[in-house]
Amino acid sequence: MTRALLLAVILVPVTVMPTLAQGSAATGTATATRSTKTAYHAADAPSSTPVVYLGNMKPVMDHASYFHGILDEFEGRYAPGGSDFRWDGEAWYGTDYNRVWLKTEGTLEHGRLHDGDHELLYSRAISSYFNVQGGVRADIDDGPTRTWGALGVQGLALYEFEFQATAYVSDRGRFATRIEGSYDFLLTNRLILQPQAEFNLYTKSDPARQVGAGLSDVDAGLRLRYEVWRKFAPYVAVSYAGYLTQAHRIVHDQRGETGALRFTFGVRSWF
Amino acid sequence: MFTASRTRDGLTRRRFVTGCGAGGLLSALPLPASASPVAPGAVPAAASATWNLSVGRRRIEIDHKVLHAPCIGGTVPGPILRWREGDHVTLNVTNTLHDEETSIHWHGIRLPANMDGVPGLSFTGIPPGETFTYRFPVQQSGTYWYHSHSGMQEAQGLYGAIVIDPRRPDPNACARDYVIVLSEWTDVSPMDMISNLKMQDDYYVFRQRTLASLPREARAAGGLGAALKDRLQWSRMRMAATDISDVTGIIYTYLLNGHAPDMNWCGLFCPGERVRLRFVNAASMTFFDIRIPGLDMLVVQADGNDVEPVPVDEFRIGVAETYDVIVQPRDSRAYTIFAQSEDRTGHARGTLAPQAGMTGPVPPMDPRPVRTMIDMGMGDMGMDDMKPEHGMKDMDMPGMSEKDTHMDGMDMSGMNHGDMGHMDIDHMDHMDHMDHYAPSTPVMEVDDPGPPPINVENQNVAKMPVDRLGSPGDGLENTGRRVLNYRQLRATRPGTDRRPPSREIILHLTGNMERYIWGFNGRKFSESGPIRLKLGERVRFTLINDTMMEHPIHLHGMWSELENGQGDYRPYKHTIISQPGSRLSYLVTVDAPGMWAYHCHLMLHMELGMFRTVIVA
Repeated sequence: MTRALLLAVILVPVTVMPTLAQGSAATGTATATRSTKTAYHAADAPSSTPVVYLGNMKPVMDHASYFHGILDEFEGRYAPGGSDFRWDGEAWYGTDYNRVWLKTEGTLEHGRLHDGDHELLYSRAISSYFNVQGGVRADIDDGPTRTWGALGVQGLALYEFEFQATAYVSDRGRFATRIEGSYDFLLTNRLILQPQAEFNLYTKSDPARQVGAGLSDVDAGLRLRYEVWRKFAPYVAVSYAGYLTQAHRIVHDQRGETGALRFTFGVRSWF
Repeated sequence: MFTASRTRDGLTRRRFVTGCGAGGLLSALPLPASASPVAPGAVPAAASATWNLSVGRRRIEIDHKVLHAPCIGGTVPGPILRWREGDHVTLNVTNTLHDEETSIHWHGIRLPANMDGVPGLSFTGIPPGETFTYRFPVQQSGTYWYHSHSGMQEAQGLYGAIVIDPRRPDPNACARDYVIVLSEWTDVSPMDMISNLKMQDDYYVFRQRTLASLPREARAAGGLGAALKDRLQWSRMRMAATDISDVTGIIYTYLLNGHAPDMNWCGLFCPGERVRLRFVNAASMTFFDIRIPGLDMLVVQADGNDVEPVPVDEFRIGVAETYDVIVQPRDSRAYTIFAQSEDRTGHARGTLAPQAGMTGPVPPMDPRPVRTMIDMGMGDMGMDDMKPEHGMKDMDMPGMSEKDTHMDGMDMSGMNHGDMGHMDIDHMDHMDHMDHYAPSTPVMEVDDPGPPPINVENQNVAKMPVDRLGSPGDGLENTGRRVLNYRQLRATRPGTDRRPPSREIILHLTGNMERYIWGFNGRKFSESGPIRLKLGERVRFTLINDTMMEHPIHLHGMWSELENGQGDYRPYKHTIISQPGSRLSYLVTVDAPGMWAYHCHLMLHMELGMFRTVIVA
C-alpha cells in the first residue's frame, strides 16, 4: 500500500510533464470578412525552398551554443555537533533547445563524503519555462556506488519558483524521486534572501547509503546573499540537513547524525 | 578624404562650430574632411560625392572603459558624410581590420539591393585588406546614418551620421546645423552580453521591485494590498514590470557625439539664431528621451523626411530613428541637451552655449517607467482619452471575463486560440471605422498567422492589442511636458503612391525574455522562411507586439509609410517603434527588387532571431 503511494509520488514528475509543456499550436479559424480573402498563414512560414545566402553567410546567428556553470551552494556548515562542507552546482552546454547538463552535489563530513550525487543529462526545452531532462545519475562518494536512470523536469514555475523534479530508476529496479525548489526574495537589488529545499524519496531502503523507504532526507537552507556582481555572491545562511521517517531510524541505529541546523557561510558563483 | 569636394550656394551663410565673435573659439572653419577631425557634430562644410572610408580598430578610452573599437577614421562616431540629392555617390570602404570582415549599411537610404551592405543578402561582406566600392544615386534628402552589419561591430563604435542636402531649397535651413549622434559605450562585448542574458535575463537590471521599494510602491498604488497584488500578478506571469531595457547603465556610458556626459559636448550659437539639431539614435539597445530644458523644440523631420513642424518639450527616439529639431535660444546662456535612457539608468548630455566651456544645469532623471497590463496586451484600461469612441472596453468579447482581462493570459490551458483569432478580426473591423485608420478600402488578401503559440520561443499573447500611436511611450505619459507621439507626424508632402494596399501581412512580434529568444510569430530567424513580396505591389504590414518591450522595426530598401491618421500625409519612415501590447500598420510600396533585411533594430533582439529576409521579385 505505502509502496503504491510512493510509486505514485515518484511518477508525479513524469505525469505532470505534459501539463507543464504548455505548448500549443496556433489554430487559425477560417472566418472570412467582407471582401477580404484571409489566408491563415504566416508570411514568414518555414519554406521548403531554402534561401540561398550570398557566400553562404547567414545574416544573424540565433542558433549558437552557450556554456555556463553555477555553484549554487559552496559552503561551510557549522554546528557544535559537527561541521561539514557542501557543494551543489550544475553546468550546461548547448543551444536554446538542446543542452547537456552536468549536476553535482555532495557533503563532506568528518572527512567522509556522503550524499554524492552526480548526473549527466540531456535537456530539451519543451515550453516557455520548462525543460525535460533525461540521463544517468551516479551516487559516488565514500558509500557504496549506485547508478540510476533519470527523467525529470526543470524550470521556472508560476510565481517564479525555481523547480526541479526528477524520477530515477536504479540498476537494481528501485525507484526514487527528488524534488527541489527555491525562491529569490529581493530585499534590495543586490541583497537576496533565498529559501531552498531538496527532498529525496525512495521506494526501498538502502541502509548502506542511509536511505530509507519513503521520504528519506531533506536538505534545506535559508540563504542571504549579496551580489557583489551578478556572478559572485557571498552569503550567510542557516541550513538544515536531516533524515526522516525510516531513514531517520536507520541513521539513528548507525549512531549517525540524524539532523542538524547549522550556521552556514558560502559563496554563490557562476560563469 | 574628399576627392571631389563641392561647395554650394548658401553654405557661406552657415557657420558651423564657430562662435559669435569673429573667428570664433574653435578655429574649425570649413576645411576639407581630410584635415579632420573637425569638431564632432559639425556638418562638413560641403557635400561630396566621393568618400574614402577606412575601417580599423583603435584603442579608445571613454569613462575609464577601454575598448579596441572598430571604427571609421579612428573616431567614434565615424565621420559625418554629407551628400547631395541627385548626386551619384561613390564610397570606397577599405577594411584594415586584421582578421574580421566588415560591412557598411546605409540606414534608410534607397539604393540597389547589392549596395545595401548586409552580408549574405546584399553582398559577401568586405574581407580584411580589401576595398568595396559602393555606388548609387542619391534620391532623397535629410538626416540618416550608417553602421556596420557585421559581427555586432555596430555595438562597439562602427557608426556615423549622413546628411543629405535637398535638391530644392531646404525649408529648415538654419544658421547653425549640428548632428547629435546618441550611442552607448561599454567594454563588455556584445557576445558576453548575449551569453549573460541567456543565463539570466535580468542580468543587467538593478532597478527591480524589492522589499526596499515596497513602501514607495504602496504609496503609489494606494495601499500595500494593491502593491502586493500587482507584484503577484507579475510574478505569476514570470515577468518583471521593471523590465524596461535589457542592457542598462550598469555597463553603459551614454554618449552624445562620442562624448560621455562629463566630457560635455558643446554646440555654439548666438542668441536669437535658429539651431538645427539632427538627432540620430545610433545606440544598439537604448531608447532615449530627449529634452533641452528652457527651449521649445520644433520637430521638423523624422527619419529624413520633412514633417509639419510640431513644437514639443520632449521626444523619444527609438534605436535607429532620426529626428531633426529646430531650437531658437534667445538668452546668452548654456542650455543642456538631456537625453535620458528609457530605463533611467543613465543619460547622455551635451550643451548648447554661446561660448565653449559653459555648462548648464543638468536636470534630475525621471522615475523609471513600470510596465502595465497595457504593455502585456491586456487592453487599454486607463487610456480612454486616446480612443473615446471605440475603447476596447466597449467591445464584445465573448469568453473574456473581467478576471481574464486582468491577468490570466499566462494560463495557456484556458486559452482558446480559435476564439482569439476571431476576436482579432472583430478588432480589425472596429479599427476600420476609426477615423485615424484612414485607409478603409479593404485589402484583397490578408496573411494572418493568427495569435502566436505559447511555446519555447514565445511567452505571451497580447489578447487585446491597442492602438498606441497617440501615446509618447511608457514613462512619458504623465510628465506634464509636451511629448511627441507618432500621431503628430504629418508629412509636408502627400505620399507618392495613392493605391490602396492589395495585401496585408500581419506579423506578431514575439519573444521569451526568460530564455532570451526573439522572433516573429513565435519563431526565431533560423526557423522561419523569407517574406516574399511581389515587385510593384502595395502591402500593408500590421505589427502586433505580444512582448512587453518596444521594438524598433526596420525594413531595408523601401519606405514604411506609417498609417497614423494623417491620410495621404502619412509620414515616411525607415524605422518604426512598435510599442508593447500595441497594434499598428504601415504601407510599403514594393519597388526595390532583391533580398532585403527586415528586423528589430535592438541589436541583441536582431541577433537572437527577430530578423527576417524579405525577397522582392
